[in-house]
Amino acid sequence: MEIGLGNLFTIIISVVFVNNFVLARFLGLCPFLGVTQKTESAMGMGMAVTFVMTLASAVTWFIYNYLLLPGEHNLFGVLFPTIKETGMIDVLKTISYILVIATLVQLVETVMRKTSPALYEGLGIYLPLITTNCAVLGVALLGTTNAPARLSLLEASVQGFAAGIGFLIAMLLMSGIRERLAVLNVPRSFQGVPIAFISTALMALAFMGFSGMVSW
Amino acid sequence: MKELTLQEELTKGFWHQNPLFVAVLGNCPALAVTTTITNGLAMGAAVIMVMMCSNIIISLIRKQVPKEVRIPCYIVVIAAFVTIVELLMKAYLPPEINESLGIFIPLIVVNCIIMYRAEVFASQYSVLRSAIDGIGMGMGFTVALVIISAIREAAGCGTILGIRISETYQPASIMIMAPGAFLVLGLLLAFFNYRKLSRGEKV
Repeated sequence: MEIGLGNLFTIIISVVFVNNFVLARFLGLCPFLGVTQKTESAMGMGMAVTFVMTLASAVTWFIYNYLLLPGEHNLFGVLFPTIKETGMIDVLKTISYILVIATLVQLVETVMRKTSPALYEGLGIYLPLITTNCAVLGVALLGTTNAPARLSLLEASVQGFAAGIGFLIAMLLMSGIRERLAVLNVPRSFQGVPIAFISTALMALAFMGFSGMVSW
Repeated sequence: MKELTLQEELTKGFWHQNPLFVAVLGNCPALAVTTTITNGLAMGAAVIMVMMCSNIIISLIRKQVPKEVRIPCYIVVIAAFVTIVELLMKAYLPPEINESLGIFIPLIVVNCIIMYRAEVFASQYSVLRSAIDGIGMGMGFTVALVIISAIREAAGCGTILGIRISETYQPASIMIMAPGAFLVLGLLLAFFNYRKLSRGEKV
């Protein structure tokens, strides 16, 4: 596939609006419901997730192309020639991706604490939660093994970044709604999570209006 | 807290401590794969299998693993069993089911329910109890998935397990799309809250 600006733009529109990770693909619902009581925390979580998603997409792209895919360029193939033919996608993808994400989150946390304490103060408490956010593992899988077409490094990273932005937008919209809901007179049995789910249903309905805009 | 009998350990997850309806954990797969009952059952079976095996191993290693690195250790154990289950499902289930479960099979690794049971149960109790807890909680999750998928399939496709329920019913396909999923879970949770409130319990 040729890499053009148009192609990247298609990916961005598709992942942010048409196939929004939260509202159309059901990924990352735990933080979506857990950290959207306040706009500031939704913002912090969304930024931290965007950061980790971009990095995770890029790193898992390397792992997928140079360690898991069968072929001449497989680095394990240098030691074990049979791996050049079979590849290791089925056996190692889940374990390697989750380890990469866990390590990355730890690394980001450590680096951030040393280099920019202000940002660390803002994002710090959300970082450990990201390891078990299914949106991050989801974007890694959708950029490599489960991609609709073989992606280039740039496309995979852009997809990761755009997915994070889509997540951030959904988080911010939801936190705005929930701040309003908190002061409204909601029936008792609907208070808390049920009304949040029903608001999400309406948001998802609105986002369905984007479907058909791009085909990716 | 009093010691539960093994039978209670198995059945507590079905209703009173249901991981999806009471603890509201594991939403992502619960909404994404519940378009038909068959998909819900397949996902539930995969979760039961992973949860039982990972609870056994985590319970076995609970005294050896240092507290600081327990989470990464648990994740690796869970990821290993998810890989096994994924390969088994690819080998023995029809391709349509694998197709529709898609990335949600590898995503069982980050399903909060499994991590939650590992952390609060398997890391403290004996192997037998942990295995039973894993099976019970997995079955509770499956029950919840089947309830959601039955509603969505009946309303959205007009079928139950592929059999048409009525000749005249016009299926509302919104129910098998994303908004329907959120709506059904929201209404179900509100219904359970309503039952609790009307019996005078706290929500």
